Amino acid sequence: MDGLVTTLTIFVLAIYVGVEVIVKVPPTLHTPLMSGSNAISGITLVGAVLSAGVQHNTLTTVLGFVAVVFATINVVGGFMVTHRMLHMFRRKK
Amino acid sequence: MSGAIVNLAYLVASILFIVGLKGLGHPRTAVRGNLIGAVGMLLAVLITVTDQHIVSYQVMLAGVLVGSAAGALLSEKTPMTGMPQMVALLNGFGGGASTLVAGAALVEELGRGSELSRQFTIATAASALIGAVTFWGSLVAFAKLQEMMSGNAVVFRGQHVLNAAVALACVGLGLMVVASPEATWNYWLLVAVSSVLGVLTTIPIGGADMPVVISLLNSYSGLAGAATGFVLNNNMLIIAGALVGASGIILCQVMCRAMNRSLSNVLFGGLGAASFEKMSEDTVYAGKVKASSPEEVSMLLENARRVIVVPGYGMAVSQAQHALEALARLLEDRGTEVLYAIHPVAGRMPGHMNVLLAEADVPYDRMKDLDESNPLFPQTDVVIVIGANDVVNPVARTDPKSPIAGMPIMDVDKARVVVVIKRSLSSGFAGIPNPLFAADNTVMLFADGRKAVNDLVFALKEAR
Repeated sequence: MDGLVTTLTIFVLAIYVGVEVIVKVPPTLHTPLMSGSNAISGITLVGAVLSAGVQHNTLTTVLGFVAVVFATINVVGGFMVTHRMLHMFRRKK
Repeated sequence: MSGAIVNLAYLVASILFIVGLKGLGHPRTAVRGNLIGAVGMLLAVLITVTDQHIVSYQVMLAGVLVGSAAGALLSEKTPMTGMPQMVALLNGFGGGASTLVAGAALVEELGRGSELSRQFTIATAASALIGAVTFWGSLVAFAKLQEMMSGNAVVFRGQHVLNAAVALACVGLGLMVVASPEATWNYWLLVAVSSVLGVLTTIPIGGADMPVVISLLNSYSGLAGAATGFVLNNNMLIIAGALVGASGIILCQVMCRAMNRSLSNVLFGGLGAASFEKMSEDTVYAGKVKASSPEEVSMLLENARRVIVVPGYGMAVSQAQHALEALARLLEDRGTEVLYAIHPVAGRMPGHMNVLLAEADVPYDRMKDLDESNPLFPQTDVVIVIGANDVVNPVARTDPKSPIAGMPIMDVDKARVVVVIKRSLSSGFAGIPNPLFAADNTVMLFADGRKAVNDLVFALKEAR
């Protein structure tokens, strides 16, 4: 039970940090913010990599493989497209 | 590697995510912020693969290669107009991955015969529910935005009852997963029913409300990640998921406020469904609409000191942004100030117009948001409304019964002259006529957006 309370604490505090940081993002950057934060939500990749690597049985390996593919698309696609967009926002001479 | 070192690395990654998101707060620091986030992700993955339980790297590497190739291809090939679809799809993949990881974790833990904690089972059920709703909801949003299916709201009788029943079934199945996790078919049944819920809850949402839905799905994808963090007892996942969850919810709020609607109204209401006596188009428009020509408008522009462009989704559809910036450069060479006023819900996702304009090399300091723009209109000579309709409809201020009543709009009617570039007098998503088109200081330029702007550029060059 103590463990749950600790993780819950971290979760709630992280939400507050998120709100504080994100409220300050100007509307101009809302699309890159969304794709960038989206890439971060691909963090599930960490769990997917473990499932695919531990290979407990065939089922978990297959699940892990598909999860790795999905999460990697999320992470790589997200960061790359954000980078592409943000480059266009660079101050033009 | 020892658990402490791994967890410390995860802490560093979490901090990098926060610093990275903070960097996204300003155009000058945003590129770096994004890279910092990516470094955090790389660190997190690299430290994870040192885990001693990993027996083989082949499957993992194959997955990473396939995913990277697909992700890179998507991110390079998608045009800027297609960003909403792309983000919808990415949201979906994130949510789907969370569901699969939680499922795999459940099977593994059961196979090892370990005692499952309440936290584990509840979080597993939550991952299944949120992840599957995110995945299928995002696919529907993608199909709508990509015009693979109609973008209109799909409504039918008994929809709310059906949705409520399916939602209840999800909760029931979730409780069964918690009560008897060893019956893994409960988990997959929950995933299946949640998938149905994801589809059912997204189809009734129409095109104009897409910015809200994408923001909400963005939030869900974060929450699904956080739920998976609870499953794996991984604080970094919880932190990253919570950050993204918060981000999506904030964007949701911004969008709802910009339409003066509540989130529940967007999700369950359906725009235009409420009974409301709308003015007939004839009484609003008859005899009062003045059509103009590119030559006339270019004369107006020649003498203007300040011109503000108000773009809407129509600008994106006709790909007029490059032509617009060419026009703006011409005017600036003559000493005219040209600004862009961007309503929060112009476009199909938050900030969509800004990205399209940035692609056309419009400097970001010339893009003004709603609050910055409205004080400027009374001192503006010419406003060019291109492909926008409801966000410039003065009815929002005047008629408390209209479906857009109270929605904050761009007060373009306060400018000296308003030029509306539009194909016809057809109404916007709200389905109501726009008295702005018939106002004394408004002229209409009936044409495709890009063609009209190109004609203006031509006429201005001729006049020199």
